[in-house]
Amino acid sequence: MTIEVKNLVKKFGSFAALDGVDLKVNDGELLALLGPSGSGKTTLLRIIAGLDWPDSGEVAFNGEDALAQGARERHVGFVFQHYALFRHMSVFENVAFGLRVQPRAVRKDEATIRARVKELLDLVQLDWLADRYPSQLSGGQRQRIALARALAIEPRILLLDEPFGALDAKVRKELRRWLRSLHHEINVTSIFVTHDQEEALEVANRVVVMDKGKIEQIGSPDDVYETPATAFVHGFIGESIELPVQVEGGVIKLGDRPLRLAADGLVPGASKLFVRRHDMLVGPPGSGAFEGAVQHVRNFGPVQRAEIALSGGETIEIDAPRDRELHAGDTIGLEPRRYRIFAGV
Amino acid sequence: MTMQIADSVSLSSPEAKARAHAAAARNNLRTEPKAVRIAIITLAILFLTVFVVLPLVLVFAEAFSKGVIAYLSAIADPEALSAIKLTLVVAAISVSLNLVFGLVASWAIAKFEFTGKTFLISLIDLPFSVSPVISGLVFVLLFSAQGYFGGWLRDHDIQILFAVPGIALATTFVTFPFVARALIPLMQEQGTQEEEAAISLGASGLQTFFRVTLPNIKWGVLYGVLLCNARAMGEFGAVSVVSGHIRGETNTMPLLVEILYNEYQFVAAFAIASLLAMLALITLIAKTILENHLDEGHDVNDH
Amino acid sequence: MSVIAARRRTLPGFGLTMGLTLTWLSVIILIPLAGLFLKSLELSPEQFWNILSSRRTLNALRVSFGLAFAAACVNLVMGSIIVWALVRYRFPGRRLFDAIVDVPFALPTAVAGVALTALFAEKGWLGAPLAALGIKVAFTPVGIFVAMIFIGIPFVVRTVQPVLQDIDVEIEEAAGSLGASRWQTIIRVILPSLAPALLTGLALAFARAVGEYGSVIFIAGNLPNVSEIAPLLIVIRLSEFRYADATAIAVIMLVVSFVIIFAVNRLQRWAQNRIPVQ
Repeated sequence: MTIEVKNLVKKFGSFAALDGVDLKVNDGELLALLGPSGSGKTTLLRIIAGLDWPDSGEVAFNGEDALAQGARERHVGFVFQHYALFRHMSVFENVAFGLRVQPRAVRKDEATIRARVKELLDLVQLDWLADRYPSQLSGGQRQRIALARALAIEPRILLLDEPFGALDAKVRKELRRWLRSLHHEINVTSIFVTHDQEEALEVANRVVVMDKGKIEQIGSPDDVYETPATAFVHGFIGESIELPVQVEGGVIKLGDRPLRLAADGLVPGASKLFVRRHDMLVGPPGSGAFEGAVQHVRNFGPVQRAEIALSGGETIEIDAPRDRELHAGDTIGLEPRRYRIFAGV
Repeated sequence: MTMQIADSVSLSSPEAKARAHAAAARNNLRTEPKAVRIAIITLAILFLTVFVVLPLVLVFAEAFSKGVIAYLSAIADPEALSAIKLTLVVAAISVSLNLVFGLVASWAIAKFEFTGKTFLISLIDLPFSVSPVISGLVFVLLFSAQGYFGGWLRDHDIQILFAVPGIALATTFVTFPFVARALIPLMQEQGTQEEEAAISLGASGLQTFFRVTLPNIKWGVLYGVLLCNARAMGEFGAVSVVSGHIRGETNTMPLLVEILYNEYQFVAAFAIASLLAMLALITLIAKTILENHLDEGHDVNDH
Repeated sequence: MSVIAARRRTLPGFGLTMGLTLTWLSVIILIPLAGLFLKSLELSPEQFWNILSSRRTLNALRVSFGLAFAAACVNLVMGSIIVWALVRYRFPGRRLFDAIVDVPFALPTAVAGVALTALFAEKGWLGAPLAALGIKVAFTPVGIFVAMIFIGIPFVVRTVQPVLQDIDVEIEEAAGSLGASRWQTIIRVILPSLAPALLTGLALAFARAVGEYGSVIFIAGNLPNVSEIAPLLIVIRLSEFRYADATAIAVIMLVVSFVIIFAVNRLQRWAQNRIPVQ
């Protein structure tokens, strides 16, 4: 099943949750919607599910207009952030719900339903919890039951809203791997929403980065990390050094100081320079694009994190390998291995 | 025995003394001197005893003052029996009407966003702030011979005022908010996620309501019905205005209490009153039990 | 686009349930109340004024509003004391007394009326000792006052109780650790947080007492101009078929209670905005 979203707009009062979003999701893909809170990613997910309605725009499943259908007819499996398990039903009944509410004409007989639920509980490895109630489960278990319940209706699409958001760090990591392998097994077109970049980069085939109701970049996890398309993406994904610079007459300036960096093809004016922390190479004073004084050094396992006052006024943090020990008071040269400059503020 | 020994040992140790001292100092920050505490508790108990406990006890004492036989014969009196029957009928009508309304209204109000919601809720609350007498008066103005619909009713030979329909209407008016007010906050607190999950799993609106919403609010429904029923059976002012006090026909239990009391039939008056007081006490006990259930039923998905 | 507009809401049944709600609300509440106001419009302002300014009406309104306010003030003070004892102290029978607070809500007003009358009558359990002191309660305005106190008890207690329970003990410890005496802590820290709830309880108790009928008329004596409450005067006018008089008095009482409820709503909204949800 492919999903196509065209020029989607959704406003809550004067706040634009979605501001002209276009997106194509391929069949069988596992896609992450990544962005800070308020970026519109959950709204987009809920519109695809039919739980919210856009002010304008189109949503199509396999080329068919999905907005002509309500949530009930779309056959979309939705896993809610807080799971939304039916608290008065046992785990078994929760998973069976979607099968039991089918119109009488297509409803399966009791034995088939039982077998199917058993199969799903086996799939999420929780068959031994069938008679428990949601309040008796751990967060990770609830998460998996919510997933089994969504899968029971044999959804054409699987949507997950912050699937690991409410879990603690250790369970999160386990479930991530598990979700990836599960997706591999069932191969349903899936979209999940997250604000955690590590989660998006580790689990998804493709990542959609959103901010303020707009899509900033769509690409593979490597793409968005290695070649961020916008200043926002660079700042949001991975730890970056951000420096306000001025492009003037073929020269890049930090404050008054010209940097020894090529300015070919850059738009003149105020710009922002981004470098990954570990992409700043340390050299002797006078070498490299920047010069600075080491203020403070802490060691983190294989790297040392140094706070450096650049001559030009800004203070930055870099991660350097420990083969060359830095000390407070050292004057050093810094050369960015890779960097990107984005015009504007 | 062991406890005592352990206590004396721990008290004798210097750290324990220091700890006890610290605890006392801490308590001084949070509470009042003992004399003040005792005075406040005594005042509270005294006040509640004089104004609430004594009247309640008096009802039963007066009812049984001439013995059990007098009590039972007062209740078995045909007039009393017909009042009990009418009270039950009227309560059944108005409680079921308000139950259906409460469920419908709280679905519309709690599960959807729309402008004017607060205003709508205050309209539902209106009967709480209307004097019972006025609640009766409005129906007199509508349905009496000189009222807006009086002529039409007479032409069609329909009796509303001074008959069961009028009493049921006034009672429904007075008890209108109870079920809705019990359900709206509860359903708002529970949110719409479970309903959305049910819909996305293919359930119809009615399936969602009966299989997901209703089981979640069942204690709230009972709570609302309980309070609604207590008020419906006990309503006096509104019913008094519309009933016409026709003996054996349009007298509810509270009205009969008034009549018997004014005729100095104290034992009979208090016998009927004792039934109503019993209803109140049972309602309070059931209410306490239900409140415990409602507290337990807090959101399990919110961890 | 029209498809989108028609399907704005995720859950079904909004149109149906809202329609039923508004219809039923109109039939049971709004149309009857509108009828009352419509009826009052049939009176000329002069007639309206004459009814209200008649000595008997004025006295009835004075008795109802004056005594209701006095009773609400008693409820404010005693309610605060009861709440404090119930929330802050542990004593035998605490849960029982907590439950007893609701009795005036649950006890039918006619029952309360006859019971209070018998209790405070000259030969009653409390009436006799009071009579010995020369205090007459039943069949005087004092009796009305007593009945109004009775029915107002739960309002202050039940509005203040949850607020007091929610006040974090740490706040008091903080005040104490900053050097405030216990009394200062109560006056400067606790009382301001309770003020909106106290005022709300006062207003609700007042509104209830003004309109109260059943528990008052037995003990009141119902002497015109002295111990006759406004709701009773409405009933009397109705039985005399003087509908215009009954309507005029009812309209005035309704307007006053709507103003009170409106004020209470504003008060609560103000309190909510002032104290952020934790």
